[in-house]
Amino acid sequence: MSEETVNHPVTAKKINPRLESYKLFWRRLAKNKAAVTGGIMILLIILMAFIGPWIITNFTDFRPNETDLANKLQGPSAAHWFGTDSYGRDIFTRVIFGTKLTLYVGFFSVFIGGVIGVIFGIVSGYYGGRIDTVIMRLMDVLLAFPGILLALAIVAVLGGSLTNVIIAVGIFSVPAFARVVRGSTLSVRKLEYIDAVRALGSSDFRIIFKHILPNIMSPIIVQASLRIATAILTGAGLAFLGLGAQPPAPEWGAMLNEGRQYMYEAGHVALFPGLMIVLVVLAFNIFGDGVRDALDPKMKN
Amino acid sequence: MTKFIIRRLLQTIPVLLGVTILVFSLMHLVPGDPAQIVAGEGASEQTVENIRERLGLNESIPVQYGTFLGNALQGDLGSSIRSGRPVMEEIGARFWVTVELAFYATLVAVFLGLIAGIVSAVRHYTLADTSIMIAALFGLSMPNFWFGLLLIQWFAIGNWMPESLEFLKMRPSGWGDSWRQIILPVLTLGTGGAAIIARMTRSSMLEVIGQDYIRTARAKGVSERIVTYRHALKNALIPVVTVVGLEFGGFLGGAVLTETIFAINGMGRLTIDAIRTRDFPIVQGTVLVISVIFVLVNLIVDISYRLLNKRIDMN
Amino acid sequence: MSANEIILDVKDLQTSFKTDTGEVRAVDGVSFQLPKGKTIGIVGESGSGKSITSLSILRLLASNGTIKNGEVLYKGQDLLKFSEAQMRKLRGNEISMIFQEPMTSLNPVYTVGQQISEALILHQNMSKKEAAVRSVELLKLVGIPSPDKRVKNYPFELSGGMRQRVMIAMSLACNPEILIADEPTTALDVTIQAQILELIKDLQERLGMSVIFITHDLGVVAETCDYVAVMYAGQVVEYADVRTLFKEPKLPYTIGLLNSLPRHDIEQDKLEPIQGNVPSPHNMPVGCRFAPRCPAATDLCRAKMPKLETDENGNQIRCWIYSEEWDGESEVNLYGETRIAKGRGTKTVLPD
Repeated sequence: MSEETVNHPVTAKKINPRLESYKLFWRRLAKNKAAVTGGIMILLIILMAFIGPWIITNFTDFRPNETDLANKLQGPSAAHWFGTDSYGRDIFTRVIFGTKLTLYVGFFSVFIGGVIGVIFGIVSGYYGGRIDTVIMRLMDVLLAFPGILLALAIVAVLGGSLTNVIIAVGIFSVPAFARVVRGSTLSVRKLEYIDAVRALGSSDFRIIFKHILPNIMSPIIVQASLRIATAILTGAGLAFLGLGAQPPAPEWGAMLNEGRQYMYEAGHVALFPGLMIVLVVLAFNIFGDGVRDALDPKMKN
Repeated sequence: MTKFIIRRLLQTIPVLLGVTILVFSLMHLVPGDPAQIVAGEGASEQTVENIRERLGLNESIPVQYGTFLGNALQGDLGSSIRSGRPVMEEIGARFWVTVELAFYATLVAVFLGLIAGIVSAVRHYTLADTSIMIAALFGLSMPNFWFGLLLIQWFAIGNWMPESLEFLKMRPSGWGDSWRQIILPVLTLGTGGAAIIARMTRSSMLEVIGQDYIRTARAKGVSERIVTYRHALKNALIPVVTVVGLEFGGFLGGAVLTETIFAINGMGRLTIDAIRTRDFPIVQGTVLVISVIFVLVNLIVDISYRLLNKRIDMN
Repeated sequence: MSANEIILDVKDLQTSFKTDTGEVRAVDGVSFQLPKGKTIGIVGESGSGKSITSLSILRLLASNGTIKNGEVLYKGQDLLKFSEAQMRKLRGNEISMIFQEPMTSLNPVYTVGQQISEALILHQNMSKKEAAVRSVELLKLVGIPSPDKRVKNYPFELSGGMRQRVMIAMSLACNPEILIADEPTTALDVTIQAQILELIKDLQERLGMSVIFITHDLGVVAETCDYVAVMYAGQVVEYADVRTLFKEPKLPYTIGLLNSLPRHDIEQDKLEPIQGNVPSPHNMPVGCRFAPRCPAATDLCRAKMPKLETDENGNQIRCWIYSEEWDGESEVNLYGETRIAKGRGTKTVLPD
C-alpha cells in the first residue's frame, strides 16, 4: 500500500476533478432561484406522498376508499376540505393517497426510459457508424407517433393498469433521452482528453463510465426533470381515458374522469385532482428550467 | 439543396417502414391469442377460428406483414371487427374533423405564442415578461383535458356563448356552422402549444439580441424598435418555425383527449372507442394514419425550412 | 484647419459591468486625444479594456455595463450628455464602427445591399433606389469585384475578408468623421489582414477621416497609426506619437511588449517575455497595476497609483520612474534597456 503511494505521489494528492465539478454544480444550483424553488416543491410533494397517508391513517378516520353515499358530491367544507365525490369519499384523502401513484408514474417511467435512452444515446454517439444510424432511425420511428399516441398504442396492446402505463410512458420517453445523450456524447467524445485516455489503453467500457457519463450528467438531469413532468401529464391523460390505474385506485387522472360526469353540479370533484397535477408538473418544470439555466453557460450574462 | 431533399426523402422511407412494422406488431404483442381477445372471453371455438381466419392469423408473421403492408399501400387497412365496415371508411368519415381541429389549434398556438413570446422578450425582466412566463409555465404544466373541463364549466356556469357548448350534444361528424362551436375544443388543444411557442420565441429572441449583428445595427444608429422588429425578430422566428410541424402532429395525437371531453366524433374518439372494444384493426388504422401524416408534415416543414433559410450558414 | 485640431477628446473615462461576482471596472481612467484626420491606435492585451473603451464612446455597451465617469468630447460636445436620440443620429453617420468578427457581425437574413442601404436611408434621407445605387458604389470603393452582383448576396455567400470589406463599406456609407475599427483584422487570414489594413489606410487618406484603431498587434500599430495609446488593466498607461513610442518607449510595460516581439533587424538569442499575468479585475493591485510584473517596481509603485503625466512634447505616461517622487535607482534596467529616472530625491543612487 505505502509503496504504491510512494510510487504515485501525484495521484494520491491530486484533487478529484469530478468532485470539484459536483461542488461547482451544487453551488450554481443553490444560486438559481427556480432550481431551489422547484427542488423544495418536489421534496414537499414527496413528503406528502409518503407521510401524508400515514398521518391520515393514524390520526384521522378518513380512508381513501370509504364510501358514504349519504354525503356524496358535497362541496368543500371544514369536514371535507376538498369535498366528497359521487360515492361520498373524501377527495382530500384520496388526493393525498394518490400522490404516490402519480410520482410512481413520473419516476419509474422516466427511470425506464432514461436508462434505455441513455444506453442507446451513448452507444450511438460513442461508436457512430452503422450502429448509430440504426439506433437513430429506430428513435425516429418512436418519435413518429405524435404526443400521447405512442403511449396510447402501447397501453392499448398491454391493457390498462398502472404498471402498463409506466411501461408505456417509459418507452415514450426513450427517444428524448437517446437524442440528448447522443448529442452530448458526440461533443464530449471530441474532447482531446478522451483521445489521450484511449491512447493510454483504457477500454471503451471504462471510458464510457469513467469519462463520458460523468460529463453528460447535466443534460441527463435536466432532461429527466422535464420528462418527469411530461410523463405525469401523459400518465394522467391515459388514466383519464380509463386506460390507467383502475377504480377505485385514487389516481388523479382517473379521479378527473370520474368527476367529469358531475362537471355542472359538483365542479370541485374534477377541480382538485387537476390542481394537484398542475402543482406537481409545475414543480418538475420549474426545477428542470432552473437546472438547465444553472448549468448552461450560454445563459450566463 | 436537391441533395438535401433527396437525402431527407430517403431517410423518411425506413421511418415509415418502421411505423408500419410497429403498427402491425400491435396486434401480435397482445398477451395471449389475439383472435381469442378480439372475440371476447365467452366466444365459441368456431367464432375464434373465424376471426383467426379473417385476420389472416394462420399465416407466418412475415407473410402477414407483407400482406398488411401491401394492402396498406393500396389504402386497405382491413375491416372493423365491430361494425364490419372497412377501416378506411370509418377513418374517412372522421378524418377532416380531427385535422381541422388540429389545424385551428395550431393557428391559435402560433398566434398566441408568438405575441406572448415577443412581448416577453421585448420587455424582458419587467412585470409583463414575468407574468407571461408564469402563465406559460402554467400552460405547460396543465393537463389540457382538465383545462377543457374547466372551460366547459366556466362557460356553462357563466352562460357565456351558449352555442359554444352545443358540441356536447353529439353530432354524427363534422362541425356546425359557427366558429363559436369550435372555439372551446381549439383553445383546449392549443393552449399548451401556445405556451411552448411563447417560451421558445422569448429565448430565441433574447439569444438573437445578444448577437454581433444586432450590435452592428445599433452602431448604424438604428432605433431600438427597428432593431427588435426588423433585425432580431426575423432571425428569432427561424427556430420557432420548426416546432410548428411538431405542434400540429402533437395536436393530432392530443385530439384523442380533447375529442373525448367534447364528444367530438373525430379520429381520436374513434381510437379510444376501438381500444375499449378491442377493435384492433381500427386502432391500427388510426395510429398509422396519424403517424404517417405527422411524418409527412415534418418532412415538408424540414424541407421548406431549408428552402426558406438557405441564407443561414449551416455551419 | 489647424494641424492640431482635436476631434475627439476622451477624459478619464470609467466604465463598469455588473456581473455575478460583483461590479467590475473594465475601464478605469482612460484619456486620449484624437487629432482630426489622424489615426490613433489603442493597444493592449485582451481584457485591458480597449474594446469596452470603443463601445463606451458610441455608448453601445451591453445592458449590464454603465459609464460611471468621464467625458467624451466630440467637436467639443460631451457625448455622454447626449440623449439616446441624439446618439442615434451620430452613430453610423458621424461616428461609425467596424467590429472584430466579420463572420457574425452581418445580419444573416438580409442582403449586403439592404444592410448598407439602411444607414443611408436613415441618415441621408435617401430613397431605397438611391441607396441601392450608392451601396454598389460603396462596395466598389472597398474593392469588391462585380459589386452590382455582390450587392444582392447574403452574408453567407461571402468570405470573411469580403464580409469585412462589406462592414467597412457600411461604416463609410455616410462619410463619417470618425471611424472606430475594433480589431478589424484579427479574425482574418494574414494575407487578407494586410489588404484590409491597406484599404483602411487608403480610405482614410482619401476621405480625410479620423480613425481609432483598436488592436493587440503592435505591428499593425506601427504600420497604420500616428499616435498610440497603450492600455493596461483598464487604464491608458502611455500615450505618444508612433515614432517616439517605437523608438524610445518609456514605460516598463511598453518596453516589455516591444521586446517580446520577434525582430528581424537585430540578432536575438531569445525573446524576453513579461513575467506573470494581467491582474484580475476583481483583485486589482492598489498601487501601479503593472507593479506585480514590473522588473523595476519599488515600494512606492506597490503602494500608490501613479497619475497620467504629460511631458513637454505632449506625450503622456503613467509611471513613477519619470516623476519627482521616484524612490528607486536613477538608472533603471528594463528588459535589457536602460532608462534615466527623473527623480532627484533619490538617496540610494548617489552615495557621496
